[in-house]
Amino acid sequence: MRFIFDTNTWQEIFGSIGKNRTRTIITVIGVLWGIFIYIALSGAAKGMDNGFEEVFENVAKNSMFVWAQNTSMPYEGFRTGRPIQLKLEDATSLKNRIPEIEYIAPRNVRGVFGDAPGTIVRGQKFGSYNVYGDFPVFTKITTKKIYDGGRFINDADIEQSRKVCVIGERTEKELFEKGESPIGKFIRIDHVFFQVVGVHKFSQGGGFDSDGDIFIPFSTYRKLYNSGNNVGWFSIAAYDDADVLKVEESVKTLLKSIHKVNPEDERAFGSFNLGEVFGRVSGFAKGLTFLSLVVGIATILAGVIGIGNILLISVKERTKEIGVRRALGATPREVRAQIILESVFLTVVAGIMGIILGAGVLSIINNATQDLDFPYSNPTVPIPYVLGALAIMVVLGTLIGLIPAQRAVSIKPIDALREE
Amino acid sequence: MIEIKDLHKSYKMGSNSLHVLKGINFSVEDGELVAIMGSSGSGKSTLLNILGMLDELDEGSYTLDGVPIKNMNETKAAQYRNKFLGFVFQSFNLINYKTAAENVALPLYYQKVGRKERQEKALKYLEQVGLREWAGHLPSELSGGQKQRVAIARAMAAEPKVLLADEPTGALDSKTSYEVMDLIQKINDAGNTILIVTHEPDIAKMCKRIVHLKDGIIIEDEKITQVRAAQYVQ
Repeated sequence: MRFIFDTNTWQEIFGSIGKNRTRTIITVIGVLWGIFIYIALSGAAKGMDNGFEEVFENVAKNSMFVWAQNTSMPYEGFRTGRPIQLKLEDATSLKNRIPEIEYIAPRNVRGVFGDAPGTIVRGQKFGSYNVYGDFPVFTKITTKKIYDGGRFINDADIEQSRKVCVIGERTEKELFEKGESPIGKFIRIDHVFFQVVGVHKFSQGGGFDSDGDIFIPFSTYRKLYNSGNNVGWFSIAAYDDADVLKVEESVKTLLKSIHKVNPEDERAFGSFNLGEVFGRVSGFAKGLTFLSLVVGIATILAGVIGIGNILLISVKERTKEIGVRRALGATPREVRAQIILESVFLTVVAGIMGIILGAGVLSIINNATQDLDFPYSNPTVPIPYVLGALAIMVVLGTLIGLIPAQRAVSIKPIDALREE
Repeated sequence: MIEIKDLHKSYKMGSNSLHVLKGINFSVEDGELVAIMGSSGSGKSTLLNILGMLDELDEGSYTLDGVPIKNMNETKAAQYRNKFLGFVFQSFNLINYKTAAENVALPLYYQKVGRKERQEKALKYLEQVGLREWAGHLPSELSGGQKQRVAIARAMAAEPKVLLADEPTGALDSKTSYEVMDLIQKINDAGNTILIVTHEPDIAKMCKRIVHLKDGIIIEDEKITQVRAAQYVQ
């Protein structure tokens, strides 16, 4: 161990490495490239992973939407092509009968499925925005950031069918003066005055959300648009440990029996399973991480083999020098240790440079994609991975250094000196 | 200092073996300056290599400073070489990316001498061979004679018991040869034991004793009156 911390040892090593600078640099680039690829790839994979996480962060990862369509099979005397209407009571049935459901939010909307959006007027300004009828539980499934001291719809709003609304960022920008707080102000939604109680910050939650969405209490919505107990669709979140695919299946089966639809009818209810999509995406990201690990390590290996190769040549070239050293009293152990240390030193220096370069490139890519609509954020390589890569390089450097070191030791000093 | 009894050495060349040394009996006292002479193939370099522990003997015994040299492993041999022997080669064998001072300090490095002391000693020995002001120069910036003087300083730096020189003047012109011999004589005057392999009679005459080798045996071993090299050096 003393050998490693001896300044003399390092002088010897710098001396022999510095002897052929061009070659040393080219050799170092081999390993540097390897670790660079490793860092850049796994960082980018992590960035993608984070990006996907961010896209889905506002939505419960095991959530789904269920909506009604037209039947495609006759059943119990009903004709084919009968339109199905989801009802508010369905929510209670679903919640009671399927224990895996954590939250269920019945929702209604105007402006998304072909009908006219709400016309919103404030003073001289007006616009068309999608109007949603919602329950407070909706925010458990899809988080809505409410800012400027506002709030989302609460239970009291539902009970009393209050005429309150939460507006979007864009709505605020278009209907209110700059710097004016919309909270407590009134706007007209389809000729009825509503008080603004909150502004939600838009975040991509999957689906058809936009930054102009207006949320009003479900109970107010049904009065405003005379929708009775009709529900547009259900937003459902299952418990974290539930199998979302199974829940999706049981929800549909139950709805079929409630609405007297042939159990074989695949077209009567539509659904979109975010959990499944998320699983697929995160599986893709995991695969990407694994791939980058394999590619990175393979590239490092190639680089390290390059170092071994070069050291082998250098040992051959330095046959005479090694002979002189041994004539002057270098023991085989010292000769071997020097060559191995040269190898490890080159590998580690190259590795550290590669890590720095990789980190730099990752940060550049991160800055470049910041404002783009691209699922990529905060690309990082976990410290254990970096240390692991360094450790692998030290081990590989040692192993690969053993070959030239053995070659150097096997040279008899007398043969080395004879060689002209 | 050196005691050799009935030394045999042969090399295997394919199926036939080449008997190079056929029973050498030879001893060197402290402070001697011995020239080993002989035509090429006479076995003089082989003898020097065995003396230098660079090669192993087949038969016979070799005692260096009271220590029997046999069945050495490489590590042991390296330590003995470092402690007991200094080498001077025909082709200098300086390490070309190290400065003169670093070259001289190299055997001290393997003796685990600290850096500061190494530098001091290296400068001291360079001073002795008159090259102190060349300490920071690379071998490529030195003339042949200077290189050999650096090599001698390097051999001396480890303070060996015996200095072994293999054709030290073989690559030098006669003027520089004499300068180098003058230096060797001065080192010998200081009490060091030196063995020189040479085939140049005038160089041999500057030693105190000449051993003639022919076909692997000593045919003549005579003490001579030393010719001082200083008279040829201005």
